Amino acid sequence: MTRINSVAELEELRKGILSKKDPDKPCIAICAGISCLGLGNGDVISAFKEEIRKQSLEVEVIATGCHGFCEKGPIVVINPEEICYLEVKPEDVPEIISQTVIEKKVINRLVYTDPLSGEKATHMSEIPFYKNQMRVLIGHNSKINPKSIDDYLAMGGYSAFAKALLGMSPVQVLDEIKKANLRGRGGGGFPAGSKWETTRNAPEEVKYVIVNAHEGEPGAFMDRALFQGNPHSVLEGLMIGAYAIGSHQGFIYTRHDTPELRKNLDIALAQAEEYGLLGKNILGSGFDFKVEVHFDVGIFVSGESSALMRSIEGKAPEPRPKYIRTSVSGIWDRPSNLNNVETWANVPLIIGRGSEWYNSIGTERSKGTKLISLSGHVCNSAVVEVPMGTSLRDIVYDFGGGIPNGKKLKAIHFGGPMGGTIPESLIDNPLDFDVLSKLGASMGAGDMLMMDEDTCLVEVARYFLDFLSGESCGKCVPCREGIRQMLNILTNMTKGKGVEGDIELLEELSEVIGEAALCSLGRSVQKPLLSMLKHFRDEFEAHIKEQRCPAHSCKELIALEGA
Amino acid sequence: MSEIILQIDGKDVAASEDMTILDAAKKAGISIPTLCYHEEIEAYGGCRLCTVEADVRGRTNIVAACLYPVQKNLVVRTRSEKIDRIRKMILELLLAHAPDAFDLQDLAKEYGANKDRFEKDSSFCIHCGLCVRYCAEVKKKNAITFVDKGKTREISFIPEISAKECWDCKECFPLCPTEALQAAFVLAKAFTFPSSFLESAPAK
Ligand SMILES: Cc1cc2nc3c(=O)[nH]c(=O)nc-3n(C[C@H](O)[C@H](O)[C@H](O)COP(=O)(O)O)c2cc1C
Ligand code: SF4
Ligand code: SF4
Ligand code: FES
Ligand code: FES
Repeated sequence: MTRINSVAELEELRKGILSKKDPDKPCIAICAGISCLGLGNGDVISAFKEEIRKQSLEVEVIATGCHGFCEKGPIVVINPEEICYLEVKPEDVPEIISQTVIEKKVINRLVYTDPLSGEKATHMSEIPFYKNQMRVLIGHNSKINPKSIDDYLAMGGYSAFAKALLGMSPVQVLDEIKKANLRGRGGGGFPAGSKWETTRNAPEEVKYVIVNAHEGEPGAFMDRALFQGNPHSVLEGLMIGAYAIGSHQGFIYTRHDTPELRKNLDIALAQAEEYGLLGKNILGSGFDFKVEVHFDVGIFVSGESSALMRSIEGKAPEPRPKYIRTSVSGIWDRPSNLNNVETWANVPLIIGRGSEWYNSIGTERSKGTKLISLSGHVCNSAVVEVPMGTSLRDIVYDFGGGIPNGKKLKAIHFGGPMGGTIPESLIDNPLDFDVLSKLGASMGAGDMLMMDEDTCLVEVARYFLDFLSGESCGKCVPCREGIRQMLNILTNMTKGKGVEGDIELLEELSEVIGEAALCSLGRSVQKPLLSMLKHFRDEFEAHIKEQRCPAHSCKELIALEGA
Repeated sequence: MSEIILQIDGKDVAASEDMTILDAAKKAGISIPTLCYHEEIEAYGGCRLCTVEADVRGRTNIVAACLYPVQKNLVVRTRSEKIDRIRKMILELLLAHAPDAFDLQDLAKEYGANKDRFEKDSSFCIHCGLCVRYCAEVKKKNAITFVDKGKTREISFIPEISAKECWDCKECFPLCPTEALQAAFVLAKAFTFPSSFLESAPAK
């Protein structure tokens, strides 16, 4: 690789890459996302490599990021035709090579079959799951090799960065992001433009930009899907942000327990550096920027902005009070702008295609698309990307495939341990930051947990508090002790030991924690419980007054009933 | 340094801009209860007992007085129905761990806190962090540390350091609002000073 010194050289390089690519050459894209790997895709990848070596074929095999349809993994896509094979086993590999790759025949057994109509769909674009999504962020995952910057360049990568760097002033870039109404995807929905501006305008000369790729919410897996599958798209967003904000040092804070992601990130950074897209005088513009990767210490609170910055400083991830915002005083007390993986990945799209295009997608106050991870009682656990404003019903039924085992949907929980639950009756609402918070369930990071009629919400509330009891830092009293007591009370309820007044005590604890805790973890721990009390209070009352679990789920109560 | 005028409990109070609400209140002779605050060490914000109401630009915020920086025109209320309710609950949560601690009992009386409201977990330590931070910041020895996280967080003496430093110091002992530090030290002593521990054991 040689260093690129100007936009002209970048375009020259891009042309060169494209001209060397033979569009008809078969390329086998095998999903190496966390879910498919868990289902044994490592063996499928080795089987393909082995078979191709044995037959000395001219075929490329790439281990890609998550394709989205995780439920049907391991997934293999044969490009350029985009023939999509589901639930592939290593034994299928010789047949795929001889039939599909060499003879161009489709193996019917491995393609998608509609569970209702029995109809088959061979190509990705025909499978209903993919067809109705709007995959502007994650759509490239099934086509590109995340370990190859050339693949990213071939699809037009880094042209938005080049446009910003040499065609726009930092303020113009900032204005474009503001006009796009980009809101943070990490949970708060805070306008990215005004946060950037705060850091940009902070007096301190040295400023930092950071990618939050901690993704600690149980049930959230879209950030990893995107970052592992297309690391350069996030990196490009970060670079554009750095230019707009006036930062020359970026940080990526990510999970320590995802080796594939780690590998892809290291490679992406090394390749960007070799091309001179990171480093000094980037593309001859005079702009310098470098990026460091830091790993979390496996505790949920380290995704909180001030705790995350502490952790990057090498200290324990304990939150600091936010009387001075981290965008003004963050890492080493310097202005630090933190955004979520998905937020950053939207930036090149906005700069490349313009804020007007971005504003054409979504609702009045929630623009663009949103990645959603579906889990729980849903036929397809999956990562989907839909325009903001899509109805929740469509997400659950069209993409999620509905509720398994003929059960009825009872409720949907958004945003994990700091989120909220809505009942099935509200399912015709749109995916929208403000609508969801009005319903008592913030969008969170975009993780939706479906719960069927057999789910006990007292138990779910208990589960989230149990999770948090080990994942808060434990520094401040309302959070550490409040969680402990709330957990005690709920655990007692599930065992038939609830007493009159428990609900009121939970509400009083909720108020104190919500107001007096130090950081937003503590100030949010009561949210799942309060949303469940709002919509399902009678279920909590039944546990106390009648020692009855209406969902027939709490084992000790069922035993009591039987007695 | 320029002077700032703010209002605390209806009184105009003058403060310098590097002060917190707690500093300003002290200067004006207004008392705010604290458990994790100590003049010689950096404010921590752990106990939240110093929680007060602060009106900023027409909005009432609930903030920790020991950390919140003073601002021009800030209006602070150190007592209100809400503040008292928060303090009462914090005390009740702590009394579940250390029902006999004197500092807590006095405060409990003032705020009407019931020491039996919550299920007991007599681990004594209320995690004020005074011992840990005093040792780190004032003595610069780091002989005590917090280990673990969330509800299993606790203090721990680091044997290699404490064997050298603690015997002749023990300055943190009087800071502890409960018996926890003593208990932890006795436990640590068993490992770090096996001989002296045996000596102090009652004779057969
Ligand atoms: C306890 C806690 C955990 C969090 N974990 C994450 C996380 O894993 N990823 C994330 O992007 N944001 C997380 N956040 C939100 C961040 O603090 C921050 O608001 C976000 O990264 C800002 O990016 P955005 O504006 O692009 O959403 C967490 C917040 C809290 C309070
Ligand atoms: S609210 Fe919880 S996580 Fe946040 S500082 Fe307090 S104990 Fe730690
Ligand atoms: S041992 Fe005592 S001084 Fe140390 S943290 Fe616990 S309560 Fe505070
Ligand atoms: S991990 Fe393979 S499709 Fe999601
Ligand atoms: S004295 Fe302020 S939080 Fe403890």
